[in-house]
Amino acid sequence: MIHTHTFDAIVVGGGGAGLMAALHLSRGGQVRAAVISKLYPPRSHTGAAQGGIGAALGNLEEDHPEWHAFDTVKGSDYLGDQDAIELMCRDAVEVVLELEHMGLPFSRTEDGRIAQRRFGGHSHNFGKGPVRRSCYAADRTGHMILQTLYQQCIKNRVTFFDEYQVMDVILSEGRAAGVVAYQIRTGDLHIFRAKAVLFATGGFGRMFEVTSNALAFTGDGPAIVYRRGIPLEDMEFFQFHPTGIAKLGILITEGVRGEGGVLVNGQGEEFMVRYAPTMKDLASRDVVSRAIYHEIQAGRGIDGKRYVHLDATRIGREAIETKLPDIADFCRTYLGIDPADHPIPVQPTAHYAMGGIPTDVDGRVVIDDKRTPIPGLYAAGECACVSVHGANRLGTNSLLDLVVFGRRAGIDMARFALEADLPPLPQDAAERVVEQIEWLRSANGDESAATIRREMQTLMMNNVGVFREAKGLAEAVEKLQELRERYRRIRVQDRSRAFNTELTETWELGALLDLALVTATCALNRTESRGAHYREDYPKRDDANWLKHTLAYGKPDGTIEIKYKPVVITRFQPQERVY
Amino acid sequence: MRYVFRIQRFNPETDKAPYYKEYEVELEPTDRVLDGLNQIKWNIDGTLTYRRSCAHGVCGSDAMRINGTNALACKVLVRDVGPKVTIEPILGLPVIRDLVVDMDPFFEQYRSISPFLINDEPPPHGRERLQSIEERERYDDTTKCILCAACTTSCPSFWANENYVGPAAIVNAHRFIFDSRDRGAARRLEVLNSRTGVWRCHTIYNCTVACPREIQVTKAIGEVKQAILYRQST
Repeated sequence: MIHTHTFDAIVVGGGGAGLMAALHLSRGGQVRAAVISKLYPPRSHTGAAQGGIGAALGNLEEDHPEWHAFDTVKGSDYLGDQDAIELMCRDAVEVVLELEHMGLPFSRTEDGRIAQRRFGGHSHNFGKGPVRRSCYAADRTGHMILQTLYQQCIKNRVTFFDEYQVMDVILSEGRAAGVVAYQIRTGDLHIFRAKAVLFATGGFGRMFEVTSNALAFTGDGPAIVYRRGIPLEDMEFFQFHPTGIAKLGILITEGVRGEGGVLVNGQGEEFMVRYAPTMKDLASRDVVSRAIYHEIQAGRGIDGKRYVHLDATRIGREAIETKLPDIADFCRTYLGIDPADHPIPVQPTAHYAMGGIPTDVDGRVVIDDKRTPIPGLYAAGECACVSVHGANRLGTNSLLDLVVFGRRAGIDMARFALEADLPPLPQDAAERVVEQIEWLRSANGDESAATIRREMQTLMMNNVGVFREAKGLAEAVEKLQELRERYRRIRVQDRSRAFNTELTETWELGALLDLALVTATCALNRTESRGAHYREDYPKRDDANWLKHTLAYGKPDGTIEIKYKPVVITRFQPQERVY
Repeated sequence: MRYVFRIQRFNPETDKAPYYKEYEVELEPTDRVLDGLNQIKWNIDGTLTYRRSCAHGVCGSDAMRINGTNALACKVLVRDVGPKVTIEPILGLPVIRDLVVDMDPFFEQYRSISPFLINDEPPPHGRERLQSIEERERYDDTTKCILCAACTTSCPSFWANENYVGPAAIVNAHRFIFDSRDRGAARRLEVLNSRTGVWRCHTIYNCTVACPREIQVTKAIGEVKQAILYRQST
C-alpha cells in the first residue's frame, strides 16, 4: 500500500541542519512543512559533536570574523569558496547568539557570557597564534544544539515523521516534487509531495573501518540524488580526525588539546612541534593525522603499536571534570582508565565528509560549473558541499555549517514554497523504490551484507584513507566494482514487514557502496595532495592544475564522469600552508 | 571468549507470544553488548531486531534490559555482564518487535511538560543573555538527558500507571525550571502537580541507577517536588 501526503516543504533528516531549516520554515506560520527522519530526531549524529561551534564573539580576547574566515580558507587548503566562507563566518556571530536566545545552555565566562576555548587551526591575526573562538557547552555542544533545536521545533509545532527512511527523490519537469519513504514500523511506502525538498541526512563515514560516525551515517541523501543524475562535489576529501580512541574510533574532541592536552609518541616525545612549530598540537586535522601516522610508521607508536598517546593528565582533574566530562566518561567506560591519571591511546578515525551534494549559499542544489540550480531542491549540513570546508574542515566549523546553512536553506525554502505551485506527480514516482523493496524482500542469493560491508570498510581504510597512491586507489576502484556486483547477489533473511532492519541496513549498504566508488574514483583522479587528500605519488599541492572542485556524475551505464568547477577566491590568495 | 546471549524475541507477524532464544558469540571481554547483538544480526540471524545508532552512549537508541537492569547496549561491556547475558526490551511501553518498543507515548509525556525555553522578554540586541557560572551549574545535570527512556521504563510507578509522566519528563522540566533565563516554571509545575505528576514518585531510585548519563534523577525529582511545595506556601 502506498500512502500519499502533500506539504509545501519536506526536510529529510532531523539533525542540526534539518531542524534549523524546519524551525525557520515554521516561523512565518504559512508554510506547511514536515521533517522526515529514519531516527527519532534527538538520536541524530549532531548530538555526538563535542568541542564547540566557532564564532568570533571575542568574549575572552580580540577576535574578528575576518580572522575566522582566513583560518577556514587556510584550513581548506584554499579549496573552500571564499564568498561562502566569509558569509558563514559573518553569520556565525548572529547565529550563535540566536541559539543562546533559544535557550542553549552554553558554558559561561566569569562575567556570564558564552565561554570560548582554543581549537585546531583557529588563530588570531591571520595565523600568528591560537585564539579562543570555539563556543562550547562542556564537551556536549552538539548534544545541546540538537536538543535546543528539537525543543524549539516542538514549541513551533513542527510536523515529524519519525522512523521513516527516505529512499528516493521525485523530480518532475526539472524541479523537485517530493520524496518516497519507507515506513520502518509498518513496511509501507509513502509518497511525500512538496514544492521544496531539503536533504540534511549527514555523513557517510561508515564506509571506513575505523570511524567516529554513527551506524546510521550511510550517506542516504547523497546516494539518492546521485542516482538521479545530480553530481557530487569534492568526494575525494574525507577528514580523518587525529584522536579517535584506538581501535574503537570513538571521538576524543580536539577540545582536549584546546584545553592543554598534548600528543606524545612511544619515546615520550611531544612530536607535533616537529610538524607544526607555531600551532603544534592545534594544527589542522589533516596535518595532525598525517603526523601521527608518520610517527607510527617510523616505529614510534606506543610500544611500537599503531597508536600514540593523548596526554590529558596535564589539564588537571578539576578542568577535565567540568570542561570535558563526557571524554572522562568514555575513557572510563571503554578503556577503563581515568584521563586525569593516564594518557589516552588514540589513532586517526574517519570523521567527516567535506564533499557532498553541491549547493549555493542558500542551500540550493546546483548541478554544474555554472551553478545551475534545480528549482525546489536543497541540501544542507554534512551531506552538502557549499563549499566552506574545501579540502579539510576546521574543527567547530561543522556545527557552524549546520546552523548557518540550515537556517539559510529554511528561509529560502519558505520563500520559494510560497511563490511556487505544486509540481505534477509523475505516474511512476514510487516505481524505483517499489522495485528496490520487492528485491530486498525476496533477495535470496549467496552473498552476505555483513561480508561485503566488512570488505568495503577494510579496503577503504587501507587504500583510500589518510595516505593514498595510484596503485592502491586503482585496486580500490576495481574491488568496489566487484563488491557492487556481489551486492546484487545478496541474501536477506528477514521477510517481515514490521521493523525489518535487515532490509534497511542492506539498502544502506547499497548507498555506501555507491559513495565509496565515487570517493575512490575521485581520489584516483586528483593527482596532487591537498588538505585531507594526500597522494604519496603526488605529495605537493598543484594550484596550476588542481585549484578546482571535482563534480562526479553517475552515468546510466554505471560509469562516473568527472567535471570541474572553479574555486571562488576573493581576498586570500593561495599560499604555502604552514602551521 | 565465548558468550551466550539469551534474547527475548517477538515478531507480531508470526508469534503469538514472546519467547527466548539463545545465541553463542565470540567476543573480546572489552566488547560492548551492542557488538554482540551486531555479531548475531550480521552473522547468525538477520531477523534479530533492535535500535542503535551512535554506539557510544550519546544518541539514546539502544536502551534495553540487560540482566534485568536498564542500560544502553553500547555502554555496557560484556565482561561486566557475561558470560551469559539476558536481554529484554525495556518495560512499560508496547513491544513492536524483539527489543524495539513504541517510543511515541514516551515522547508524548516529554512534550507535556513544555520542553523548551519560555521567555517572552525580548533578548538583548547583539549579545547573549547573561548567566553566571553558578546559575548555569544549577541545572547542568539535567541538560545531559538523551531521552533514551532507561529511567522512565525502570520505574515501578510507571509500570503501575502508564499515565504517570515519568522521570525523563520531570528531568527535562527540571532543566528549564532551574534555568535562570526561563519564565515557564508555573506552567510546568502545574502539570507536574497533577494526578499524573511528581507525586507518583516514591523515591525508589531505579531511575538514578538506570541513567546511562549518570544524572541524579531522583534528586532532580525531589527538587521539583520542593519547588511545588515552596510555590504553594508563598
